[in-house]
Amino acid sequence: MIMQLTVFLENSEGRLAALCRTLADANINMSALTIAETSDYGVVRIICNDVFRAVDVLEDAGFRAAKTKVLAVELPDRPGALAELLEALDSTKVNIEYGYCFQTNGEVAIHVLKIKPEDRPIAEEAIAGAGFKLLHWNDIAG
Amino acid sequence: MKKPQDILAMPHDQLEALQLAGIKKTVAACYENVPFYHDLFDAAGFDPYAVETLDDLKAAPFTTKQDLRDNYPYGFFAVPKREIREIHMSSGTTGIATVGGYTEHDLDIWGDCFARGIWYADGGEDDIAQICYGYGLFTGGLGAHYGCEKAGCMTIPISAGNTERQIRVLREMGSTILCCTPSYAMYIADTALAMGLDPKRDFSLRAGIHGAEAFSDNFRAELEEKLDYKVLDIYGLTETMGPGVAIECMEQQGLHLAEDHFFAEIIDPDTGEVLPDGAWGELVLTTIDREATPVVRYRTRDITRIIPDACPCGRTHRRIDRLHGRTDDMLIIRGVNVFPSQIEDVMKTFPQIASWYQIELARKNHLDAVTLKVEVNPDFDFDQMSAIEKLQKDISSRLKTALSVGIRVRLVEPRSIPRSEGKAKRVIDLRGDDA
Repeated sequence: MIMQLTVFLENSEGRLAALCRTLADANINMSALTIAETSDYGVVRIICNDVFRAVDVLEDAGFRAAKTKVLAVELPDRPGALAELLEALDSTKVNIEYGYCFQTNGEVAIHVLKIKPEDRPIAEEAIAGAGFKLLHWNDIAG
Repeated sequence: MKKPQDILAMPHDQLEALQLAGIKKTVAACYENVPFYHDLFDAAGFDPYAVETLDDLKAAPFTTKQDLRDNYPYGFFAVPKREIREIHMSSGTTGIATVGGYTEHDLDIWGDCFARGIWYADGGEDDIAQICYGYGLFTGGLGAHYGCEKAGCMTIPISAGNTERQIRVLREMGSTILCCTPSYAMYIADTALAMGLDPKRDFSLRAGIHGAEAFSDNFRAELEEKLDYKVLDIYGLTETMGPGVAIECMEQQGLHLAEDHFFAEIIDPDTGEVLPDGAWGELVLTTIDREATPVVRYRTRDITRIIPDACPCGRTHRRIDRLHGRTDDMLIIRGVNVFPSQIEDVMKTFPQIASWYQIELARKNHLDAVTLKVEVNPDFDFDQMSAIEKLQKDISSRLKTALSVGIRVRLVEPRSIPRSEGKAKRVIDLRGDDA
């Protein structure tokens, strides 16, 4: 399990740039950023090296930011890896709220999964059982 | 034969004698039958049996909307319930609504008051009146209905909404008088034009009796051009009766008060002092012959003036000018009265949002579009999009229940609602003067 940074952003000019600038000025490095958006607002999800400090600096700067627990799974960089992971989860019937992939080097990709807290132990068991490596937040924080 | 509209030309001194006789009865009935007034008059040292001139009423204390709310539901009823035929309520959450009761006589005078709008438009039995005010607790629908029936019109109680059907009925039934809010009339006009109809050819409208919200002279001119009819402004409020307290005649130079049923004063809203005719101030109304829920010196919070001159139409009932806003923070949204405090009450029931908010009023296709911007609290799980959507929907539906008006809710970032001097500007009205 790792900590993701979640930021609620209004869908207005310059907000995403301001968010990134705030993190940059605090010397926080991002490995992944994804946006779920509607016409009014967006939810920005970020994997970064210091999520605790990121939340503090963003809240101080007037952003609405929070830490969210998500599962991070290391995937071999080859065709079919994600399909196998999801198939392993499929048999457990747990519901995946959202997910996204990112890569930090050429060897492996990391897949992030948001799963309801009560379903998390079952999911973790299934993932480990299928031979995938679950990352701890120390693996990401640099 | 004496016609009911003959009273509209009664010499003003006779009208005043009639008012005085009615007011004497009203203050006595209030004192004897409404405990609230008994206490209020006693506390103010006002003797209801000592009213000898209309000027003597100035010694009576005011009644406020809060008084009506405090005495919800039946506290203001001056007759036994078995004599009440109908009740209406102003919009509001349960407990803060204001209730008006009507005896058979009250319904009769209400019909008479609204019917004057038809008479002013030279209308009557040859007219087909289409009523697209909402029917229900809102006084608009049934008030118009009683008036149109009283005036002898063929009455179409179509109620609000379903614009395409409104247009079909306008066209196929040949309605000559349209009763609805001015913004809905404009919406009907624009929809008809967009459907390729030519209202001048396809409709038979002669007059529109439009009220429950303010509209400008430009707006009126545009409506009259589009629908090829004459627009008459109508004023009223549930607390004294409903629509029909004052209505414009074809001169369109102010609204004739129904002075045989309502005694009007204009006061300085800050000092309570009665102002002379011609001066702008707050309209205060006393019912002259209302049986079920009479009110004495009710503060309407509406700003207008009494037009000092006689109307060219020859009717003697004095006119109030078209309304110039309110002395409180009440908003009129699609004809419905909304107080920001009602919105705050709903917001308090949602721990997920902060107490900062902003109401944005805009006009979309001539109808009011309302957006409530609220800030999310830090402990709300906004990582889940479905939770955000659900929260917006839940707030919106609770507002709809409380206010009877649809409001779009938009969650915004913290501190994005501007604070000026530590206080938020709560209402942004983008509707402009061309309401």
